[in-house]
Amino acid sequence: MTPTLTISRLTKRFGEVEVLKAVSLTLEAGRRAALLGHNGAGKSTLMKIVLGLIPHDGGDITVCGMAPGSPAARARVAYLPENAAFHPALTGEEQLRHYLALRGENPKQAMALLARVGLEKAARRRIGTYSKGMRQRVGLAQTLIGRPRLLVLDEPTSGLDPVSRRDFYDLLDGLAAEGTAILLSSHVLTEVEARTDRILILSGGELVAEGTLADLRARASLPVSLLVRPACGREPSLAAAFPEAVASGDGLLRLSCAQADKLPLLARISALGGDVADLDVIPPSLEDIYSHFSRRDGQ
Amino acid sequence: MNRILATAISEFRIAFRNRWVSIATGMMVLFALVLAAAGAAPTGDVGVDRLSVTVASLTSLAVYLVPLLALLMSFDAVAGEVERGTLPLLLTYPVSRLQILLGKLLAHLVILALAVTLGYGAAALVAVWSDAEAIRGLGSLWRLIWSSVLLGATFLGAGYALSALARRPSGAAGFAIALWLVAVVLYDLALLALIVSDGGGAFTTQALPVALLANPADAFRVFNLSAAQAVAAAGGIGSAAGAIPLWQSAASLFVWPLAAIALAVAAFRKVTP
Repeated sequence: MTPTLTISRLTKRFGEVEVLKAVSLTLEAGRRAALLGHNGAGKSTLMKIVLGLIPHDGGDITVCGMAPGSPAARARVAYLPENAAFHPALTGEEQLRHYLALRGENPKQAMALLARVGLEKAARRRIGTYSKGMRQRVGLAQTLIGRPRLLVLDEPTSGLDPVSRRDFYDLLDGLAAEGTAILLSSHVLTEVEARTDRILILSGGELVAEGTLADLRARASLPVSLLVRPACGREPSLAAAFPEAVASGDGLLRLSCAQADKLPLLARISALGGDVADLDVIPPSLEDIYSHFSRRDGQ
Repeated sequence: MNRILATAISEFRIAFRNRWVSIATGMMVLFALVLAAAGAAPTGDVGVDRLSVTVASLTSLAVYLVPLLALLMSFDAVAGEVERGTLPLLLTYPVSRLQILLGKLLAHLVILALAVTLGYGAAALVAVWSDAEAIRGLGSLWRLIWSSVLLGATFLGAGYALSALARRPSGAAGFAIALWLVAVVLYDLALLALIVSDGGGAFTTQALPVALLANPADAFRVFNLSAAQAVAAAGGIGSAAGAIPLWQSAASLFVWPLAAIALAVAAFRKVTP
């Protein structure tokens, strides 16, 4: 089966600045990929090229086998912009009816779509009275029109409360199960961790890492931290046993080691028996892994 | 076609909520009634019915008011979408930029047609009420209505083009006012000054008709005045235009909207979200 989205050696320049450097990726139907990167890394530019809003300078890109931005491609792609905005004078229902008509769908579905994002009670109020989270839901509702083959979501959960975020990812799971490919960008790494199949890290216009979270964790091989709490009065002997440990302010000793040395170190600690009151093992966080890859080019 | 219609419905709704429909209609009715009242006296010596005289005065009113209303409604069309941040999402939909503009145009034309029909209609009612013979002038009233809509279409298109070029509502508003001043006020002043200094020479006979046809507002005035044979009653620039054949001013009225829309689409295509 041909992938929903194929990008090969994509290059984009704004004047002298190269904002995308030979980016390649493919996204198959039903897969969810998260695009991570700090501000200016090229995430929004990449998305706008996929949507056909701006042209690219080099490389190839196809959306459902077609050129991005062509009428046929636009009919198959839905987009949720960062900070979705609508005309404040229209009600949620009227706005959705308009979008349905533009996609050639029956405008009567508007209420059902708004109900799917929990906005049925506010549907007849003007969007000007909506909160940021409610506008985001209108934006989400319009992406559900007409079973899109590719969903492009720019910071989709910004402005949503934690419960709405979970509902939102449940909706995405449903769409992915029906074969929609999803490309989303996010700053909230913990939610991306649980709810996407693949993570893409963009830094300075380059795709610096790509894979599942487990892949990235293994490849980064960041050190593991161990926090040891000495038993009462045993601090000096413990400090002598681990001269490499760093004492933190609250009486804890912080040890750090490579993944491979973790078990031997644990064995050494447990050999001390009663000297140790407690022990915590802290694996590298997603933030640590993200920083590791996105700063590799010296930023 | 459905996409154009859907866009038009949304735009009409927005214009209605923003009070544009009532502002445009109120302005036209108010000015038309004032003119009808003021022009009620001098009918006898002109030898035409009262409605035809009213139409001649309404023509002078429309030359100023219709372009102004059209520009006020249109300057926000593209720049407003850019500023609100609604344009990128709209452009990812399977709808062409031409369809978007035609949808907006349709909605704004309906509002304009409503405003001029009610405004001129009110003035016509006053004329017919005071002089039953005025019924004979209905033909020129009808001509004034549809030619006003065509004049409005030209300035709506020009407003969209300026809106797309400016990309910010404040800049677009400035451009719109400047265009109105130049096309409707300064252009005629300049022509009058040239006529006076030329003293019936080559400019008045050769260049003036072309200059009048080249400006949609003047073409509108010339068309309505010469069609109603009210050139003598109107005076000023209008009287200098007696030599222009009707078909030429009519052609100018029909060609200008097309040119303005083409310009607007070309400018809109250059906007990258």
